Amino acid sequence: MTDTPDSTNATDGTDGACPVGPARAGSAPSRRSLIGWGGAGLALGAAAAGGAVAMTRVGNDVDPAGADIGAGIPFHGPHQAGIATAVQDRLHFAAFDVKTDDRAEFVQLLKDWTQAAARMTAGHAVGEGAYGGLAEAPPDDTGEALGLKPSRLTLTIGFGPSLFGKFDLADRRPEALVDLPAFSGDNLDKARSDGDLCIQACADDPQVAVHAIRNLARIGFGKVAIRWSQLGFGKTSSTTPDAQTPRNLMGFKDGTRNIAGTETGRLQKFVWADEKDNGPDSAWMTGGSYLVARRIRMNIETWDRTSLQEQEDIFGRDKGEGAPVGKAKEHDKPFLKAMKPDAHVRLAHPDSNDGVTILRRGYSFTDGTDGLGRLEAGLFFLAYQRDVRKGFIPLQRNLSRSDALNEYIQHVSSAVFAVPPGVRDKDDWWGRALFSKEA
Amino acid sequence: MRAVRLSVVTAAATAAALAAVTGCTQKSDAKNGDAIQVTASDTACKVSKKEFPAGHVQLDIENKGSKVTEVYLLFPDDRIVSERENIGPGTKQRVTAEVKAGEYVIACKPGMKGKGIRQAVKVTGGKVAKRDPRLDKAVAAYREYAQEQADATLPKAEAFAKAVKAGDIEAAKKEFASSRLGWERTEPVAESFGDIDPKVDVREDGLEEGQDPATDWTGWHRLEKSLWQDKKIGDREKELAGLLVTDLTDWQKRVGKAEITPTSMANGAKELLDEVASGKVTGEEDRYSHTDLSDFKGNVEGAQKAYELLKPVASENDAALTAELDKQFAALNTLLDKYRTDKTSYDFTSYDKVGKADRKELSDAVNALAEPLSKLAAAVVK
Repeated sequence: MTDTPDSTNATDGTDGACPVGPARAGSAPSRRSLIGWGGAGLALGAAAAGGAVAMTRVGNDVDPAGADIGAGIPFHGPHQAGIATAVQDRLHFAAFDVKTDDRAEFVQLLKDWTQAAARMTAGHAVGEGAYGGLAEAPPDDTGEALGLKPSRLTLTIGFGPSLFGKFDLADRRPEALVDLPAFSGDNLDKARSDGDLCIQACADDPQVAVHAIRNLARIGFGKVAIRWSQLGFGKTSSTTPDAQTPRNLMGFKDGTRNIAGTETGRLQKFVWADEKDNGPDSAWMTGGSYLVARRIRMNIETWDRTSLQEQEDIFGRDKGEGAPVGKAKEHDKPFLKAMKPDAHVRLAHPDSNDGVTILRRGYSFTDGTDGLGRLEAGLFFLAYQRDVRKGFIPLQRNLSRSDALNEYIQHVSSAVFAVPPGVRDKDDWWGRALFSKEA
Repeated sequence: MRAVRLSVVTAAATAAALAAVTGCTQKSDAKNGDAIQVTASDTACKVSKKEFPAGHVQLDIENKGSKVTEVYLLFPDDRIVSERENIGPGTKQRVTAEVKAGEYVIACKPGMKGKGIRQAVKVTGGKVAKRDPRLDKAVAAYREYAQEQADATLPKAEAFAKAVKAGDIEAAKKEFASSRLGWERTEPVAESFGDIDPKVDVREDGLEEGQDPATDWTGWHRLEKSLWQDKKIGDREKELAGLLVTDLTDWQKRVGKAEITPTSMANGAKELLDEVASGKVTGEEDRYSHTDLSDFKGNVEGAQKAYELLKPVASENDAALTAELDKQFAALNTLLDKYRTDKTSYDFTSYDKVGKADRKELSDAVNALAEPLSKLAAAVVK
């Protein structure tokens, strides 16, 4: 729960708005709409009628109405989408173990994944689609996203430290990709920590995010296996400062002064890996970033029994407006010394951490209740930074030692990944620079 | 065991569907005039034609009733030719099959229960689609294999029954897993006789509503519970042991008549892995004896047999697929060998001793094989 709110950075204020739901009418392809024989329910069945199938096949994947709702985010670019992109509402995050030791096979998987990801983020079905193919064979696409819009789906891949122990990649492991140290208070479940690689799927529609991970996992069977995954909802940070700051499950506004997707300067300074950062062996990371993922369980019931005064003291903000202690407005510059020494905001603030700033795009999670009837819920923390050693690690050291919030939270899983730069064009693929000799 | 049945899918439908393989063109299968309309309601099962020519048969089903229904095309002895479950009220579904001349039954089951509302239909003359002779050979060889497995199962089941009848718990426990192997190897064929499967291989939670476990639960798993959990053999158990042999004898006599096609063989192989993925890898199948890995091995062997027989044709159509299948079968078998000391024995580690991480590894290996295996049928009929 690393709240790094109000930076003293001067680029404050002005627009900073990433268009939420871009409105380039007609330019955003939608998933094929379904005019089924008896409706969509039927089309999900085993065999749709020939005539009805024909109806759904006309047109060119363009939904003329409503193209501006849940539009597509471009997949290609210098950086991967899903980092500085305006945070979507839903998350499905999956970590995988690599099961093959055949480099060519793994590279082929990365290419297949890239192709599928480009299709899905544009709102298309995977491969030859979810129906209409051979009656005897399972369809390429699983079909549950048929008729849904791209919903700003982004798919972002990351490579874990353990991957560099395989495929002769040891000398290409970036120095910045360190194994995280143990932090006091950690109670990590190894079975849902780490992973050779990860895929972060963010979308405004949970079905679209789940569909994406499910289909990538399916393409990956035999080459990779899901190690653990996490669903998230209700983004807990915003990369669009004009939008209302979201609240976490403790009811507090979080990430008031997160790095915005439009703040090129701060992104360059704190998020994107630079060629100067790494030696020639890890130049492949230029334009990439480093991701820390932590599953932070909240002791919801005891928090809810805590007095309002104590809750506000713990955060260093008021609960209604989200204003820092002694201030009137959420975006007012905090006066750290007015806060208790162990207040969360005070400890997490860049001024208390030599200017350390990270880009957060965490999500709330609720996985039902645990065996004791307690809400199994909390924050799935995702933070991007240029160097984990200068970002998350010092910050979390500071917080784990003294944060008053620690009484109500526990870090239960943890992972770190090197997130390579973007896929440039349709001939490029996820991880090409890492796996190609020349890069 | 869930009702995973060996459905008979057609080469003709495939040829039609091939035209639509790009996923963006119109399906050229436009012979809707030849289709048989089946109108299901809560009280009726109307068919538009009671006599039609052999070959590619298509049932266009509409459920006009208020209950979820299922529709079966059956042989007179209740073997399933083709079926579709879970047809919701107000929805339409299609079933296709390749059917030879003879007497058949179309049954609708409103509420998906009971024997259903039945209509006798007759299939006359007509043409039967031509098939690659190598595939006919594969089917014949697989039928022979299924028969061998049934034949070999009988004496083992009798040995198991004998120990139960003698009241010898330890001896019965020893015979339990091996009495199941032949069945497990050919499970999709065995299950195609919808009336035998629930008698011999149902688990307590698989009983239907209204069935009483005390009187209606029969077969291996009922005896498994007595031997391992209740640790006693009474008169009822002795009676059930005899009944198991009777039912398996029935299976042995009928297995040769099972309707088998190249695609049903391929999909049957995949279904065997599905059995592993949904029941064995979780430890649900043999929850009292924990002999799941023996069943697991049986399922894999049966799938591999079907695959090997189809491989000459499949490898011509999709060499990359068969290379992947060879690799994944080998990987799974190697992994299974970790759980037995003697590679000729079916004496595997008790599944309750297999830890969470190892179960995950087994599950990953099953997925790695089952995913490409689901593409085998397409490679066979291409």
